[in-house]
Amino acid sequence: MSIYLNKDSKIIVQGITGGMGAKHTALMIESGATIVGGVNARKAGTTVTHKDANGSDVELPVYGTVAEAIKETGANVSVLFVPPAFTKAAAIEAIDAEMPLIVVITEGVPVQDSAEVWSYLQGKSTRMIGPNCPGIITPGESLAGITPHTIAGKGPVGLVSKSGTLTYQMMYELRDFGFTTAIGIGGDPIVGTTHIDALQAFQDDPETKVIVMIGEIGGDAEERAAAYIKDNITKPVVGYVAGFTAPEGKTMGHAGAIVSGSAGTAAAKQEALEAVGVKVGKTPSATAALAREILQNL
Amino acid sequence: MDLMEYQAKELFAKHGVTTTLGVVVETAEAAKAAAEQLGGVTVIKAQVKAGGRGKAGGVKIAKTPDEAFQYATDILNLTIKDLPVNRVLVTPATPPEEEYYFSFLLDRSNRQYLCIASVEGGVEIEEVAKTNPDAVKQIAIDPGKGVDAAKAREIATEAGFPEAVFEQAVVMIEKLYTVFVEEDATLVEVNPLARLAGDKLEALDGKVSLDENASEVRHPDHEAFEIREEADPLEAKAKDLGLNYVKLDGAVGIIGNGAGLVMSTLDVVAYAGENHGGVKPANFLDIGGGANAEVMANGLDVILNDAQVKSVFVNVFGGITACDEVAKGIVGALELLGDAATKPLVVRLDGNNVELGRQILAEANHPLVTLVDTMDGAADKAAELANA
Repeated sequence: MSIYLNKDSKIIVQGITGGMGAKHTALMIESGATIVGGVNARKAGTTVTHKDANGSDVELPVYGTVAEAIKETGANVSVLFVPPAFTKAAAIEAIDAEMPLIVVITEGVPVQDSAEVWSYLQGKSTRMIGPNCPGIITPGESLAGITPHTIAGKGPVGLVSKSGTLTYQMMYELRDFGFTTAIGIGGDPIVGTTHIDALQAFQDDPETKVIVMIGEIGGDAEERAAAYIKDNITKPVVGYVAGFTAPEGKTMGHAGAIVSGSAGTAAAKQEALEAVGVKVGKTPSATAALAREILQNL
Repeated sequence: MDLMEYQAKELFAKHGVTTTLGVVVETAEAAKAAAEQLGGVTVIKAQVKAGGRGKAGGVKIAKTPDEAFQYATDILNLTIKDLPVNRVLVTPATPPEEEYYFSFLLDRSNRQYLCIASVEGGVEIEEVAKTNPDAVKQIAIDPGKGVDAAKAREIATEAGFPEAVFEQAVVMIEKLYTVFVEEDATLVEVNPLARLAGDKLEALDGKVSLDENASEVRHPDHEAFEIREEADPLEAKAKDLGLNYVKLDGAVGIIGNGAGLVMSTLDVVAYAGENHGGVKPANFLDIGGGANAEVMANGLDVILNDAQVKSVFVNVFGGITACDEVAKGIVGALELLGDAATKPLVVRLDGNNVELGRQILAEANHPLVTLVDTMDGAADKAAELANA
């Protein structure tokens, strides 16, 4: 089992002909994910060709719209590699086409665009992951995003993280156990899928035995997740928070990672998580050790 | 990006929010001249990106141009929350009869916008929020719907603006929302929003934070708000090179990919430093996803130019970034720098093309470069070298 993404996922790529889109379409195909086509209004009717894991050519159709791509391929996931200026329009197009899952990789999306997309999404059937995220991987089954599929295989750990590279780092640390699904929710102030969403999904997934949750300074998502864990999550959760030594008031890359005052500090997040029984590691490797201890005693 | 008061007021004026721009000056002489030109009593206000200016002595009322000169001299010598005051704003003194608080902001917790308004106090809003929280109204704004005239009226009613200024408040609320969305702000705050003599409503002070992603995508004019000569020279250089860099105080230079991993690297280095004379990270530098050799070389160039740096820790987990590109960047940068490169580099690579990356570094066999397999081990080595 897994969350949000599995072997039956049929993926299209919005922005399949761009540099990033082409590069990662190739890597997704190589991972074994089922990529069924792409969208680019100006290149509708053409095809792109990539190699699969066996080195055979895979020819993918490029459609003019997401709706057309769904109609022709039965796609149920769209991965967006669209420049930030056009991300809002591309996301709204996918939502209008009732795409069940959209994964927005694009970094640098204006936050008001994300706020508008989130508002637009209310009451609709689409789940959005991102923006500014590495996407989601269900090892051995599917990959919608840019996570290297070679880091770790299938296993009992469910991973949810704000940060892409910390997702990779944690998968690497626990590669001997493996993952049901690893999801990078993105570090922007407004994202479509939160820690809480993923925690609940992992709670409901029978194959996930341990949940690892990675946060970072800024906002109150981790504090809210802690409150949620207390009432709703019975599986063991191990946490890590990056940014203990970050100076106050400085933005460290992710638009969301800004500390002002005491709210949102790594220490406050750690305290909130530990108060509800989540074991929090001081470093990625210490966190992995905590998860390892639980996994070994299952 | 946080704006200074005079910059915020420029945006207010651009969108028709009633405010008084005043004159921005950098010397006491110019402050005196501005006071003479404005005539009457003036207010001299420190222009820094920090709150609590009044309490720090950064706001003074000058009865005469000579007083304006004296106060400007004092204020220009101040440092407010570690920020030197390099300019003051001179405005006509317009004593408020009543002070209100008003803001629009991004409410990230609820993924919407929020309006905060209070007619019970302007500058003392934090005190009001503690002692009389019911007087501070919070009104949710749906980003899909925004604030039209009807919503502005609803807000003004909820906030309880007195009848004498109610219609002005409705108009101002709609215009402040225009500032918020048209300029892609994450905060637009007016504190105080003042009722002046004759029941005139005016934004006496303003605070605006802009979303840098949006400025990049659709507001080329926002670049003018950055005062380059006041930026840290290394930060300015990094920005020109398109790097995400923040200067800190320690001795271990940090380069990594991905904001989360770099933040984590800072933590791990600080912990390792506890065993090596308390050395700390010198900076935050995220070379981002898909960084190539050139980006890596640029990053190294910035960090090796930091005189405080004694050792450098390159921590890369290749996702989009390929480790061989990172390795080529390191080798290339060291070649370019030649004898100028004197600081030891500790490199930890994992992920995409890691074998190739390690091989490139091994073959280059540069005397300054040490390859360490784990993040914790590499942090320890870098801290040790910085303390040597």
